[in-house]
Amino acid sequence: MTSLQHVNLRVRGIRDSPHSRLQSLAADITQQIALGAQKPFKEVIDVSSGDPHNAGMKPVSLVRQVLAVCLYPQLLKDNNLPLDVRQRAQRLLEVCDGGSVGSYTDSSGMPHVKQSIAEFIMRRDGGVPSHAKDVFISAGSQRALTVGVKLLASGEGETPTGVLTPTPCPHTLPMLLDEAGVTPVPYQLMEDRGWALDLDELHRALKTSRGRCKPRAIYISNPGNPTGHVQDRKSIQEVIQFAAAERLLLLVDEVYQDSVYGRGREFKSYKKVLFEMDKEFSETVEMISFHSLSSACVGECGLRAGYMEVVNMDPEVMHFVDTMLCSDISAPVTGQLALDIMVNPPKPGDPSYGTYTQEILLTRASLSQNAQRAQEFLSDLPGMSCQPVMAGIYLYPRLHLPSEIIEQAKILEVEADVLYCQRLLEEEGVFVGAGCQYGETTGKHHLRLCILVPPNTLEEVLARLGSFHLRLMDALSHPDKAVRD
Amino acid sequence: MKQLEYVVLARRASQIMEELRKGARKPYSEVIDVSWGDPHRAGVKPLSFVRQVLAACLYPELVNSNKLPVDVRQRAQRLLGQCAGGSIGSYTATAGIAEIVHRVSEFITRRDGGAPSHPENIFISAGSQWALQNILKVLVNSKSSPKTGVLTPVPCHCTTTLSIMGLGAVVIPYYLSEEQGWELQVEELDRALESAKGVCNPVALYVINPGNPSGGKISPEQRTPKYIFVSKNMYHMVVFHAMLPVGHIQRRKSIQEVIRFVSEKKLFLLADEVYQGCVYGEKSEFISYKRVLAEMGPPLSDTVELASFHSASKGFMGECGMRGGYVELINLDPDVMKYIYKLFSKDSCAPVLGQIALDLMINPPQPGDPSYPLYNVETQNIRTMLVHNVKRAFEVVNSLPGFCCQPVEGGAFAFPRLHLPPKAIQKAKEVGLQPDTFYCIRLLEEAGVLISPGCEYGQKEGTHHIRFCIMTSEVMMEELLRRLTCFHTQFMKDFS
Repeated sequence: MTSLQHVNLRVRGIRDSPHSRLQSLAADITQQIALGAQKPFKEVIDVSSGDPHNAGMKPVSLVRQVLAVCLYPQLLKDNNLPLDVRQRAQRLLEVCDGGSVGSYTDSSGMPHVKQSIAEFIMRRDGGVPSHAKDVFISAGSQRALTVGVKLLASGEGETPTGVLTPTPCPHTLPMLLDEAGVTPVPYQLMEDRGWALDLDELHRALKTSRGRCKPRAIYISNPGNPTGHVQDRKSIQEVIQFAAAERLLLLVDEVYQDSVYGRGREFKSYKKVLFEMDKEFSETVEMISFHSLSSACVGECGLRAGYMEVVNMDPEVMHFVDTMLCSDISAPVTGQLALDIMVNPPKPGDPSYGTYTQEILLTRASLSQNAQRAQEFLSDLPGMSCQPVMAGIYLYPRLHLPSEIIEQAKILEVEADVLYCQRLLEEEGVFVGAGCQYGETTGKHHLRLCILVPPNTLEEVLARLGSFHLRLMDALSHPDKAVRD
Repeated sequence: MKQLEYVVLARRASQIMEELRKGARKPYSEVIDVSWGDPHRAGVKPLSFVRQVLAACLYPELVNSNKLPVDVRQRAQRLLGQCAGGSIGSYTATAGIAEIVHRVSEFITRRDGGAPSHPENIFISAGSQWALQNILKVLVNSKSSPKTGVLTPVPCHCTTTLSIMGLGAVVIPYYLSEEQGWELQVEELDRALESAKGVCNPVALYVINPGNPSGGKISPEQRTPKYIFVSKNMYHMVVFHAMLPVGHIQRRKSIQEVIRFVSEKKLFLLADEVYQGCVYGEKSEFISYKRVLAEMGPPLSDTVELASFHSASKGFMGECGMRGGYVELINLDPDVMKYIYKLFSKDSCAPVLGQIALDLMINPPQPGDPSYPLYNVETQNIRTMLVHNVKRAFEVVNSLPGFCCQPVEGGAFAFPRLHLPPKAIQKAKEVGLQPDTFYCIRLLEEAGVLISPGCEYGQKEGTHHIRFCIMTSEVMMEELLRRLTCFHTQFMKDFS
């Protein structure tokens, strides 16, 4: 029988994430409630992942209407659906083989959708050319990132490939790199500067990699996950120059590009900045940028579709991107079509324009208001501080935990922020992410919570979190009071 | 390099289609593409019930309208209730929506005459190949020396062989016996295993039952992966790119022999059963590996490690584009299961619509449900069409000199043997193509029919085959056979 010792070493090397433990705990508690257990709360509120619909945000009507018609073309005759919805669906069905969303597509995505994406990128970047052949659609951006990373992974017996990764980073990144057999080389983001990137820190990180691994790429998340930081042009240029000098592939995760709300802040794509630099950069720096349906405004995580655009890469190497996507067969067709709709919003005059615009504005407004409210509220709590957030769908406050908690955590052999999250979940039914999941190892503790939720939900989360936090701080400053286990 | 030939076919087909679009005059007005196992593409209509439920799940306003039958609306409502936030746009649990996973286990139990199936052994994935890859990742040690080997049938599944090689393992080919209708013979498994001695470390046996190609659509560029990259991990060039051959359904006895074989040789059994819904031979019946294993009783039923795969892409539903499949794992060490879970969790979850499509496949409307009459008519029509197509293809192809077609019991393809005249083989050599590829190119150019050459799938040295999908509309099949007959007669004359 295949036992643990036979399991592929690389798979065994995939680190455990506290996220799954907390997730199990949340599931258990939910089950207990369903079975009638009495708890101080009616249900668990899960703001641990970037899943807007889960939290109650509404989908974009246009996306759902068009997809419904594509699935069930009888609806083409339904006059209750806006005309542009039906026209879009008809056009999309024409580019599906056999006129059905149930047919296979090319592994790298439907040519029509890739073309739409290329045109979107070109519009977004003020005319910088983008070509469908450089666009690859995958079942989620993580899959695309895996392909990008595996391109670099070296063979057996050689020095492992390294990828510079930010601390903090999305919690799925370390596992992804483990599975690809690639070594993460962490670079610290500067919390006191709103989580900015620091060039000296990049150099320092690179130095530490010497002898351990061969760094071949640098991963950047902009807008940052979980930090919400948006890089300005100067910062992006510095990173590009650094990557060029050190011959690193740029892996740029820009999934939250549609969620910038900080005053005076604007999303600039790495591609645009690159092409506005000198030829020595714009024609040589290799880059892959990622986007997906799991973005702020669309939030269709369950449809599983994302894409990557490859820049300045050797066509022979691009060929392997195709090959690697092959074994996934393709991204779901409904996901691909949703991407098409995402990159082709309605124009003024289109019947759906009004509703669409309203929905997007509402989402953006909720996000920005939530960010402000949450940031103010949490910063007011003793033992918690929060950098101003400019973008993205998360808040990443810092916990200044008293030594008692840290001691307790040591004894229980968990990270202090995990212990905090565990107790928060047990006592108040709020599920947030613990900082150590995002790569933090410096003894600093953080929480990550998704703020793309209906405002009422946010209020509830803040109320429960505040209550828990104050109780905890209070109990610890009065050690004679019994501390709940 | 062998691979380059298939690109020639696919590229030429694209060119011809473009030429036709631009108004070029040809002896045909459109290209009939039956090179892939994609029913919708080939003119088969989706099932109304399935599409109605999916549409209502996507756009819940439809749940309240009277346009859709009551059971459709109820089903959608129930499914939405099981989605986080009532939306198919939310992530789900890693292994799939719990209620759906549960229903999959009930389906399996029903199908297997009561042999119990447990939800915690089931993972829903974005297509069966995705699940297969995750299992292979656990079994294959890319750093080991000698390399890990997986016994794989010839002809074989292109996507699977690509996965195996891409993970740094090696394919150990075993030949299916054409003369016996593409039967799997244990003696051949023994021989294959012997051949691997000292060369690689075999860990698993991959079988496909009903035998079939799975039809993944791969663009011309992708169909010639440059093995330079992966080949340094391979001990020999494996040139199989194909899908499975046609429709053989394993008998119980054969399945038992395979189970005993893997038990004896301590191999992990990977059973790809995605075509279990496509059985139409009169005396044929699909029996799952799980069922046979369970009925063989202990110790085999408690020890043989088995992964069985199924999918929403095949069968009468044919929803290849939805990307929904599952794997059921039997007798795995719980510690190993933990790692499998980890691998699945890396990709969040399977697409929600794909999960729902699976649910609809295993829980179709029942007699008495408002949607049942239409559902029944549609599925019966597809079945009739398939049986008819199979019979017609068998008759017509076997009536042509030089062709020999085995009976098709199930699955989606015909894989007839082609005995090419020496002059044709010679000509093929001259133009630098495999003989069956040469035949296919001529068929494409002269008759506007795109099929696949047997060399893409692996075949016994010196034999030639063609492969075409039989899950097409009856009209398309007739046209296809008419054009093939016309072309073939002329071809044989030209090269006699």
